Amino acid sequence: MNAGHIEYALYRILAYCNQPSANEFTATARHPAQTIGGRNMSPHQSDLVDRAIADNIALDGAALPILHAIQDRIGHVPAAAVPKIAHALNLSRAEVHGVISFYHHFRTEPRGRHLLQVCRAEACQAMGGERLAKQVTDQLGIEFHHTTPDGAVTLEAVYCLGNCACAPAMLLDGEPHGRLDAATVEALLAEARA
Amino acid sequence: MSTKLFVPRDSSALSVGAEAVANAIALEAARRGEAVTIVRNGSRGMMWLEPLVEVETGDGRVGYGPVAPADVPGLFNAGFLSGGAHRLAIGQVEQHPYLAQQDRLCFARMGITDPLSLDDYRAHGGLKGLQRALSASGADAVAMVTASGLRGRGGAAFPTGIKWKTVLDTAADQKYIVCNADEGDSGTFSDRMTMEGDPFVLIEGMAIAGVVTGATRGFIYNRSEYPHAERALIAAIASAYAAGILGANVLGSGKRFDLEVRRGAGAYICGEETSLLESLEGKRGTVRFKPPVPAVSGLFGKPTVVNNVITFSSITIIFERGADFYRDYGMGRSRGTLPIQLAGNIKRGGLVEKAFGVTLRELLYDYGGGSATGRPIRAVQVGGPLGAYVPASQFDTPLDYEAFATMGAMVGHGGIVVFDDTVDMAHMARYAMEFCAIESCGKCTPCRIGSTRGVETIDKIIAGRERGAQTKLLEDLCETMLHGSLCALGGMTPFPVLSALKHFPEDFGLDRAGIAAAA
Ligand SMILES: Cc1cc2nc3c(=O)[nH]c(=O)nc-3n(C[C@H](O)[C@H](O)[C@H](O)COP(=O)(O)O)c2cc1C
Ligand code: SF4
Ligand code: FES
Repeated sequence: MNAGHIEYALYRILAYCNQPSANEFTATARHPAQTIGGRNMSPHQSDLVDRAIADNIALDGAALPILHAIQDRIGHVPAAAVPKIAHALNLSRAEVHGVISFYHHFRTEPRGRHLLQVCRAEACQAMGGERLAKQVTDQLGIEFHHTTPDGAVTLEAVYCLGNCACAPAMLLDGEPHGRLDAATVEALLAEARA
Repeated sequence: MSTKLFVPRDSSALSVGAEAVANAIALEAARRGEAVTIVRNGSRGMMWLEPLVEVETGDGRVGYGPVAPADVPGLFNAGFLSGGAHRLAIGQVEQHPYLAQQDRLCFARMGITDPLSLDDYRAHGGLKGLQRALSASGADAVAMVTASGLRGRGGAAFPTGIKWKTVLDTAADQKYIVCNADEGDSGTFSDRMTMEGDPFVLIEGMAIAGVVTGATRGFIYNRSEYPHAERALIAAIASAYAAGILGANVLGSGKRFDLEVRRGAGAYICGEETSLLESLEGKRGTVRFKPPVPAVSGLFGKPTVVNNVITFSSITIIFERGADFYRDYGMGRSRGTLPIQLAGNIKRGGLVEKAFGVTLRELLYDYGGGSATGRPIRAVQVGGPLGAYVPASQFDTPLDYEAFATMGAMVGHGGIVVFDDTVDMAHMARYAMEFCAIESCGKCTPCRIGSTRGVETIDKIIAGRERGAQTKLLEDLCETMLHGSLCALGGMTPFPVLSALKHFPEDFGLDRAGIAAAA
């Protein structure tokens, strides 16, 4: 063991702890002027992108860690971040775009203040998960992969959360919820829209 | 004296309120002036009892579950701190029939220890395996893996010893150990429980793989859907570095092994090992042509061991207890134990680690207690979204790789998803095709296009349009996917589809004769 490793390990933990909580980018999302989804980024976002790149560029296979760091901090991967990432990784923009678009997890549009991930896989289906999925889309008034017009909730489908013995299951802002039924989903949606 | 309590930190327990229960207990104890220490353990795997609160008493650990925050004052009133009677009491946890009859090897510590305490880990047999690996030659250690009979637990059941021997025998300036923690199969959670509930068993298994094959760097590719597992791994890795288990001088041996966690990004195909390696390299997760196999040319073109989380846990046990000990469990060519996951519509869902040979019926009824809804179990899907649907008439099949292959099914990662008699199997077949279409990496046409055609064809069958001809078309399409796909996503999606069609034709509006006419 050497001090370097401890330092490295601690750095990884700290980097994790320093990720903004959902509330932090909630704050950004409330001020649309700061969340620019298209070609441009706010100076703050641009700075976050630079730091996300700097924190991870030394890793082997840095592309996914960089994209995660950007999305963790900003809520999505802005189109304007692509040239910066491409430059840092010595890739073409098309290649970076290709990586982003391959993975369901990465999104290029700003997300809502809350992220609701609904499991649509078999074990949840066996426990009435699709009825709850319908309840969610009906009550939010949006389809999957969309954000409510008030910017409160982004709705995503996921395929298994490893919570299949407490199905049906969802994640709200990364926190697991299981054994859901119509009433608990209702409460969850109320929490998300508040 | 302070009473020791256990409230799991496992995601499943958290999903049903474990955090609120832990807080309620702490608050109520403070209000009453009772001294308690709350350990956040892993889950025992009796998921229907979560949140399961355990109390350490003179007579061992006594359990209460499922506990809601509102139950907490009542539990104090009932004297649960000294094991008092209460309607939620389940008695001594270890004596619970669900646990008492299991063969817990990989899951020996699960729910018992504090997952992030190295002292606990050591006190329960941890690190003996790594010490043994460090004192053996690479060739002897690989021979031990081979002798144990261990086959990969990620799904393909490839003999682990052969894979390791290839990496050991391939000379290179850098070799890698990669843990496949993508656990994408629906109905599976044994990897997640391990990472959250006993992360050191995985870390030790990977370190063993490193010192045995001469690989100095390791990566755990954990799926993005498992944020709690990621946090547990990062914390456990930091402790392992601090204790000299990882780093430049593994347990003082002078050998190096570095380990880090990487996060996936929601692509099922990245569970396929070559796609996973592409993803780790920072690329789109498309499947590579084999050969070369990863053991010869894997991550960054270097020899790489890719194994599943449970394969590494099993390695730790094999090195701790010996190859013979492990091999004595099981049947036929399926040696050792499998952590089986009972999921979906099941009364007592959870984790059952048993020697191979246990039958589906024992698992579904003796352990699982039948369906959660109380209705008859009509079908189970074993082995994830690419696994066949098994009808009740085949429930006496023992869990054994070969026995399952013989009936056109697979054990896979050991997930069993249960459906009652309200399931619409035509809908499930359609979903299998739809899932393939969503998750296809796009490299080969039968998978990329065939899956979408499959959805359309099943829609026509359901709608009753040219049912016979469309069924024939679906069977042909499945044949093409089976033979013309590069990997098992396209190549095995036909299994759930064809098994549903074969065993449940009535759900497609066909009678058995109708299938025959179409065929
Ligand atoms: C489509 C597909 C998905 C897979 N998903 C996983 C997975 O999530 N976890 C896993 O360990 N293996 C998965 N595998 C199997 C891996 O390709 C590979 O066989 C495994 O990582 C080898 O480790 P093992 O020998 O320890 O099982 C998948 C294979 C395919 C074709
Ligand atoms: S079968 Fe599907 S997932 Fe597998 S390589 Fe071909 S296109 Fe990709
Ligand atoms: S299938 Fe929904 S959590 Fe696994």
